[in-house]
Amino acid sequence: MTKVPPEVLGEHPFLQNLSPEHLRTLAAWSRELEFGRGELLFREGGPATGLYLVRSGRVSVELHTPDRGPAPVQTVGPGEAVGWSWLIPPHRLRFDGRALEPTRVILIDGEPLRAACESDPELGFHLLRRLVGMLAGRLEAARLQILDMFRRR
Amino acid sequence: MPARPAASRSASPAVPAVMAAGDLGQLFSALTTRGYQVIGPTVRDGAVVYDAVDGPDALAAGWGDEQAPGSYRLVRRRDGAIFGHRSGPTGWKRFFWPPELRLWQARRMEDGFRVEAEPAADPPRRALLGVRPCQLHGLLRLDRVVAGGPYPDPRYRAARERAFIVAVNCTEAGGTCFCASMGTGPAATAGYDLALTELVTDGAHRFLVEAGSEAGRAVLSGVPHRQAEKDEVAAARVLLQKAAEAMGRRLDAGGVKELLYEKFEADHWDRVAERCLACANCTSVCPTCFCTTVTDATDLAGGRAERRRRWDSCFSVDFSYIHGGPVRASVKSRYRQWLTHKLATWHDQFGTSGCVGCGQCITWCPVGIDLTAEVRALRAGGERGNGV
Amino acid sequence: MAVPQPVLEPMVPVTAKVLGVRRETPDTWTLSLEPDRPGLPAFRPGQFNMVYAFGIGEVPISISGDPARPERLVHTVRAVGAVTRALAGSRPGQVVGLRGPFGTAWPVEEARGRDLVVAAGGIGLAPLRPVLYHVLSNRADYDRVVLLYGARSRAELLYRRDLERWRGRFDLDVLVTVDRPDARWRGNVGVVTALFQQAAFRPEATVALVCGPEVMIRFTLLELEKRGVPDHRTYVSLERNMKCGVGTCGHCQLGPVFVCHDGPVFRTDRIRDWLGKREP
Repeated sequence: MTKVPPEVLGEHPFLQNLSPEHLRTLAAWSRELEFGRGELLFREGGPATGLYLVRSGRVSVELHTPDRGPAPVQTVGPGEAVGWSWLIPPHRLRFDGRALEPTRVILIDGEPLRAACESDPELGFHLLRRLVGMLAGRLEAARLQILDMFRRR
Repeated sequence: MPARPAASRSASPAVPAVMAAGDLGQLFSALTTRGYQVIGPTVRDGAVVYDAVDGPDALAAGWGDEQAPGSYRLVRRRDGAIFGHRSGPTGWKRFFWPPELRLWQARRMEDGFRVEAEPAADPPRRALLGVRPCQLHGLLRLDRVVAGGPYPDPRYRAARERAFIVAVNCTEAGGTCFCASMGTGPAATAGYDLALTELVTDGAHRFLVEAGSEAGRAVLSGVPHRQAEKDEVAAARVLLQKAAEAMGRRLDAGGVKELLYEKFEADHWDRVAERCLACANCTSVCPTCFCTTVTDATDLAGGRAERRRRWDSCFSVDFSYIHGGPVRASVKSRYRQWLTHKLATWHDQFGTSGCVGCGQCITWCPVGIDLTAEVRALRAGGERGNGV
Repeated sequence: MAVPQPVLEPMVPVTAKVLGVRRETPDTWTLSLEPDRPGLPAFRPGQFNMVYAFGIGEVPISISGDPARPERLVHTVRAVGAVTRALAGSRPGQVVGLRGPFGTAWPVEEARGRDLVVAAGGIGLAPLRPVLYHVLSNRADYDRVVLLYGARSRAELLYRRDLERWRGRFDLDVLVTVDRPDARWRGNVGVVTALFQQAAFRPEATVALVCGPEVMIRFTLLELEKRGVPDHRTYVSLERNMKCGVGTCGHCQLGPVFVCHDGPVFRTDRIRDWLGKREP
């Protein structure tokens, strides 16, 4: 487990243009993690760990189903973020996150992050704006998947 | 049309000629001796239609017509005018862009099939007698669409190149005409070989004749004529002026392209769609509507196949079909496509309006939809949904 | 742009022999054709032919082969109607009719010296494959080249052999995703627009080429806009009903253009207004 310097944190597209001060705040609860192919980053039902920033590799967001086993829904790659359950009660994970290949991520611990967002609304706003952008992207992607646009009519 | 520059047909001689109405037969002879088949207005099925005529007697002489939205009726004229009727339902485009045409046949062979193109385009030489100025503009615009692009239609082109056009200026406005506001009439200005203006006065029935091409001058030289008197030229001018002024209908063409682009989402299209039956009468009578489809068929044994081209209409629901469904499923969208093409996108595609003001789409619409009124309504509508 | 003139009347097809038929997906086949008449005009990537099945009819199909080998005309056909079913069911040695090549081409020249992003959805890869062939034969002319390809499922990916070969190259970034993964799929899951997050290119120096269902095109254009690729450097290929291919039948009209000869490839800024319209 390695602490992440603020500059490195600032290089990730999700946190680009965040102020050095805010980056320093986040760095205090950030660590770098590595996962091997097939390893779970997080697991449905577990307590929300925090915000994952993917640096390399790919993470499959999936649900485990009794009949089909893991059912992947979306793939998250380098430069993307995953995990927002830490922000929303009851702070419990709703999907599995599995590394599809050797994957390096930065994990920012959810609990202190939530507290920081509450005590520093400016940081909260900047983070939330990024999270909303990410959520909108996921929602749009999910809607297009539901639309099944390649289906033969 | 590139093959026949408009310039060669536009220069009128300084002084028009005058031909007695009784010498119309001579004009027929001059045309037939040059190998032309004369097509002219004749009465059939209660309407003036254009078809082969073998002499002046076959013409719709003495007939006039009453036209109104959704209504057409022939009436007897008292003055004996030969061309006293207006545009009719059949138009002239069919002689160049026929309603149905076989494009080619194919014969199945042991190792596949062989395509047999129709014999080289050798269309009859046709003289069109009695082409109204609006209809003439219709032909010129059709030229641009089907013979003016990178892939000119060879049959159309050949038929057009061989055609001889006798235009007849309109000394009366018909009930649905609006050519004056479209700049397409009531006098022909280009694209004809001969242009006639019929003058019927007490005891004198004659035509003022203008030649618009070398071919026209040559034909005229074979017909008894004299130089027009000044008062005859003036009389024709007054008649044409009066016809323009008497035209009850107008389409305000200024900015109409921008208007239609702007009103693409206007509610008014829904109101037109409540009346439009999508019957395609308007596209069938329109002198510039050119859309076609193709049909393929084989004989029963499957040894021969052929492909035919037929007139089609953007009002049919299949017209825009791509796998899964039509792009324009609603009647509203199809009427909007038609009117927007005529008055707006045609300008961007071909540099002119696609409407020549002949009014036939108004006359032959079973529910009397009048595009000039629709344009007025769109212009007046300060309604929601105006934005693009 | 000079339009190649067909050798015969524009409405009369030439015959071509089916050399090979390959099944791409459960409903899509790729035909390779050899015209009986040599010396037909060469095609440019993005152009299409009208392909005729004896006695049944004719459909516009994009050309999917290598533009450096114009003597072999390759067409990928999805069997959705009578004509496409007949074409898909043809066997080597059979004969079909061809007219073309028609339409506008992808701007492979303009893209030289720049990054090239090729985004395809479903069968939309078919008109883009000639671009990839061309680019790989002239790889030094282009900077970064990225292929983003999305399909419904693994079984519905076109040209899997090409995709695997291209993925093995270090000078081509190939990102593939499917909407509906099966148990064997180990790749990306999600719509093709989501792949942009993983794609490395310089938006200000990029030419982007997009083809797929119209919804995919619209959302891909939004993604390109979000990334900062200017409208006048993005191109789309559109599909419409076509009967003639030469701009005289009216069926493919979209606003002020005929898709058959003003398109099918359009620069986005010239067509954008019409892409968002309902029943245009």
